[in-house]
Amino acid sequence: MVDASLKRPLSFDVNGKTVNVDVAPMARLLDVLREDLHLTGAKEGCGEGECGACAVIVDDKLVNSCLIPALQARGASVRTIEGVAKGDVLHDVQKAFLTWGGAQCGICTPGMVLAAVSLLEKNPKPTEQDVRVALAGNLCRCTGYMKIFESVLKACETAMARESASEAAR
Amino acid sequence: MTASSVGKPLDRVDGRLKVTGTATFSAEVAVANVAHAVIVGATISKGKITALDVGEAQRVPGVVAVLTHLNAAKVPGADKPTEMTDKVVQVLQNDAVLYDGQPIALVVADTLEHASHAASLVKATYAAEAAICEMDKEIGAGFAPKAAPGRPPPDSNRGDIDAALATAFARVDATYTTPCENHNPLEMHATIAVFQGEDHLTLYDATQGIFGLRKRISKAFDLKPENVRVISHFVGGGFGSKGSAWSHVFLAAMASRATGRAVKLSITRQQMFAFVGYRPQTIQQVTAAASKDGTLVALRHEVTSATSRFDTFAEPSANVTRMLYACPNVKTSHRLVRLDVATPTFTRAPGEASGSFALESALDELSYSLKMDPLALRLKNYAETDPDEKKPFSSKTLRDCYTQGAAKFGWSKRKPEPRSMRDGNWLVGFGMATATYPSRQSAASALARVKKDGSAQVLAGSQDIGTGTYTIMTQIAADALGMSVERVHFDLGDTTFPETPVSGGSQTASSVGSAVKRAGMAVRTKLIDLAVKGKGGPLNGMSAEQVDAEAGVLVSKQDRTKSDSYEAVLARNGLDQIEEKIDEKEKAERKDHSTHAFGAHFIEVKVDPDFGEVRVSRVVSAFAAGKILNRKTARSQFIGGIVWGLGLALHEHTERDPRTSRVVTKDLADYHVPVHADVPDMDIVMVDEVDPYVNEIGAKGVGEIGIVGVGAAIANAVYHATGKRVRSLPITLDKLL
Repeated sequence: MVDASLKRPLSFDVNGKTVNVDVAPMARLLDVLREDLHLTGAKEGCGEGECGACAVIVDDKLVNSCLIPALQARGASVRTIEGVAKGDVLHDVQKAFLTWGGAQCGICTPGMVLAAVSLLEKNPKPTEQDVRVALAGNLCRCTGYMKIFESVLKACETAMARESASEAAR
Repeated sequence: MTASSVGKPLDRVDGRLKVTGTATFSAEVAVANVAHAVIVGATISKGKITALDVGEAQRVPGVVAVLTHLNAAKVPGADKPTEMTDKVVQVLQNDAVLYDGQPIALVVADTLEHASHAASLVKATYAAEAAICEMDKEIGAGFAPKAAPGRPPPDSNRGDIDAALATAFARVDATYTTPCENHNPLEMHATIAVFQGEDHLTLYDATQGIFGLRKRISKAFDLKPENVRVISHFVGGGFGSKGSAWSHVFLAAMASRATGRAVKLSITRQQMFAFVGYRPQTIQQVTAAASKDGTLVALRHEVTSATSRFDTFAEPSANVTRMLYACPNVKTSHRLVRLDVATPTFTRAPGEASGSFALESALDELSYSLKMDPLALRLKNYAETDPDEKKPFSSKTLRDCYTQGAAKFGWSKRKPEPRSMRDGNWLVGFGMATATYPSRQSAASALARVKKDGSAQVLAGSQDIGTGTYTIMTQIAADALGMSVERVHFDLGDTTFPETPVSGGSQTASSVGSAVKRAGMAVRTKLIDLAVKGKGGPLNGMSAEQVDAEAGVLVSKQDRTKSDSYEAVLARNGLDQIEEKIDEKEKAERKDHSTHAFGAHFIEVKVDPDFGEVRVSRVVSAFAAGKILNRKTARSQFIGGIVWGLGLALHEHTERDPRTSRVVTKDLADYHVPVHADVPDMDIVMVDEVDPYVNEIGAKGVGEIGIVGVGAAIANAVYHATGKRVRSLPITLDKLL
């Protein structure tokens, strides 16, 4: 029998801070974030990588944290929903979800926001099709999705408007 | 008067918490010394447990307890449901296995990893019996369910249907079926149970009804209701599945009592298919007949739905047929068959969602027999009064839904012949259907309080299952108190707050909203009284009618320079706060009216003629649901409901293996819910409607009506596109080849 009580040390960065924690060998990154680090923004929706509610960004890659053994994140830099806003200032995507009704019950929201943030960091001017593809791994049962596309596209508009304003200022 | 907040598209007041991931759901409440519990489910669907080996599980480090039927405490109330939402639960009381996945053991350990690992080591031996999950095998044993108190009877009959059928010009007789569907809210059911001593229990639970849960659990565990506290600040979707106290809540409480520790129990997605309810499959026979001009002369709707061997829940699919059209001869019935499955329950628009598929498909079929436009057929049979209850509607603006929806959609461009419209290689079809849902109201209480700093606190038990309860109640309270929304804090989700009903049946806005409004108005009246009759102040001596409230300030209507803030009124009279608790009952005028919301869906589909793939390409839906309290959250509810209809029509189907009665679609890979790629552009028309009778706030509820009719509208569009009538949902491509 595997002695699951033999915990292993794990050191990694979470939202810019180094974290040291002892974890069970096959503990999922999701559970370490939620139970050990009390970062409950990442949700478990399926435990099988189908729904995206547990999405986090590990070294600039969007991953389902329910599929990642925590020890695989050793030395990595992990960004969770709690690290998306800068202090009290919400990210464009968060603001847009709030204003355009992208968030409803709130379970899919963290994963959706991170998927959108990850998309916009790679592709600041996505088409609606790009948005649908980027969010394809995230399921929602409340919103009917439409307001989620609207939110992401509005966030792009905001970011682009700010960019052109700052260009004009230069 | 203060500029009204009700009706405005206010952002969700809890939106910031949700977009930052800081809203605390039940499983996330920080509770000291919490142990983790994992349920072991049965791997047969019928029989007895002959042996249960828990030795290896118990030896896993960190395991605190393994509960089975051999050592679990007796819970006498487990099989005694008393309320409509109560279910018989399976909580380790005996060796019987009644369905696939039934809890047979509960492992409690210090960590989730230890509990999960130990649960995998529990070995059960069974004496299995043949299990039946196919309705047609049991249909001969169908029986009529008992009428639930306050609910319509299972059977109805008006006029003389046989005589009417004998003379009808056109007639459709068809059988429609809808599948078993699991709700699958994205948040799995979760409970943290904390027994303090033997007689006090706190439950943090993902529930649609904190008070119903308290009643059920306090009875079952023989506790005083006031010694059970249920807290549920955020719920990650419910759709009916969280409307009842299921086995896992009892198990968490049993484990806490047995171990003396707080116990957290989050069920898995696989277990969401086992013991937390589902929409039962239905077989529905419909006869619809009309005279030559399209006047409906007869409707018959006979429904059989499935339930478990040990509990009764009937899907009330034919109720909609009794009231939707002005037809003099209508006969309906509901029957149940028992299968070796878990108990079904309420699922978004229970009855209306599945029943409208049959009724509105049959009407579409009849329209082709009559060579009549499907919309014209509905208008021809428009019910001006409720033909079932024989009462006027409190309001009904369905005609406007039809006309505005049809105009926006471009319904007039529909060519009547099936298979006559194309977009390149794709076959194009237009389909429409009517939506309706009852507008209910239950007794509810609320408390409003204005504090000396001029802010307000408003409390009502209730729940926010993602619908926007926090937001609309804040808006209603602000208007009633004469304050701005920024100064009003509304809180819910705690049984120490005033009692409210289950968040189900689209009744929260109506019931809780009416109580919140009255409580706010009562506090405002008290403040005005104090300003005009209390100690001094600029408004003293005026009559209450001469005073208005505006953003937390009382103002003389005659001379607007004379004003008195809420803070000043309280301070001058030496008060820390003023509060009022209101117990609101059903509005008296309701009993003289039939109360329903209405709507109409117009849907375009494109079907690949070679592969049978169906894409919903356009949706225009118009709704008249009384006062729209918040245009943003209401639109979300309508769209969300329509996408549930899309799932009902095209995707969702819980499949069982007929040899074992076990669910084979036990995750989100095999149970298909609509995804981003399935969802087209949707245009929601909200038709203005004033309803002075339905309740104090004039709102009819918008949670369920969105799904009603969508199954039929899509099936009708598929017929129009292809010429193939699919009477069995979901419309998968094999049915079109």
